[in-house]
Amino acid sequence: MILVSVGTQLPFDRLIKAVDVWALERGRDDVVAQVGPSDYLPKAIDYFPFMEHERFFALQSRCAVMVSHAGMGSIITAMELGKPLIILARDHLRHEHRNAHQEDTLRQFAGYPGIHAARDEDEVMELLDRSATMTAGPQIDTSAPREFIDRLAEYVEQDMRRGRRSRLLDLLRRR
Amino acid sequence: MSRSALPKIGHDPEQALHAGARVALSEPQVVTLPVRTRVLLIASGGGHWIELTRLAEAFRNCQCEFVSTAPNLVAPVGDRPVVKVTDGSRDTTWALVRSFFQLWRIIRSRRPDLVVSTGAAPGALALYIAKLHGIRTIWIDSVANSDELSLSGRAVRNVADLCLTQWPHLASRDRRLRYFGRVL
Repeated sequence: MILVSVGTQLPFDRLIKAVDVWALERGRDDVVAQVGPSDYLPKAIDYFPFMEHERFFALQSRCAVMVSHAGMGSIITAMELGKPLIILARDHLRHEHRNAHQEDTLRQFAGYPGIHAARDEDEVMELLDRSATMTAGPQIDTSAPREFIDRLAEYVEQDMRRGRRSRLLDLLRRR
Repeated sequence: MSRSALPKIGHDPEQALHAGARVALSEPQVVTLPVRTRVLLIASGGGHWIELTRLAEAFRNCQCEFVSTAPNLVAPVGDRPVVKVTDGSRDTTWALVRSFFQLWRIIRSRRPDLVVSTGAAPGALALYIAKLHGIRTIWIDSVANSDELSLSGRAVRNVADLCLTQWPHLASRDRRLRYFGRVL
């Protein structure tokens, strides 16, 4: 199964359409898509606007390949589950998002093993053609790296013991 | 009595027991229980929530309560149900106003010691509300924002007690930001 997701806040018809056209051309009936608040009605793929986290996670665990916008939720989940991921970034110039951060995200994560970045719809279809032989990156731990967790925990513990004066001084020093 | 006036007791249960015993010996009428920091953690559904769950272990010694915009989530730490609030962004002002009042009620009723958020807009509102109530705050900007801080992050970096970015080059440009690591 190929699973497409675009997040809950905004539609991303360019991606849904590309996958739908590809599924129609190739005669695939194993494509499922979470389409968000979209106006486009897919012809060849099963779709739904939104699903509860737990049920959606079950779908993500079952699928062979994930296709998504450049959202961190999809990227992290694909890495945690060890699934190959095809990403197309939302283009803010086409009003697909509020700012250009998805393009930045794509640039940062495009080199990761198992993450396949597409520049446009045509490249999404090309990558989908190769999806049967696509490899995933190694599965990552479901918790952030130890050092990050420890530094944050240490900060919280120390900050809760600090008095008003020391916090005020710290605030002034940072300005 | 304010929290800071209480004897300083660590979160290590053995140490706490020891300190408690000492207090009991010198003043038999005073019994001090170890104080667990009460933390309210807020993240919108999707990536923000997943980033928060990856960091939740840092708060394992705290009494945690989670808030999100997605329904029926499971708290990564503790067994309290995840509170749902309305999702809003700067495109949907009225939804954001609704989430503001919901968060206001939650923070007024829970009175946490610390409010933590990984975004997005409702989390930023929560940090402002917390600040108005003299509650400490931590903002953790999403790993997605590698070129500049998110709009919510820029809105809270002057009020948050700790404002983390997950990209060292952003922290080196701005003294208000700090870098502790990355969620992956």
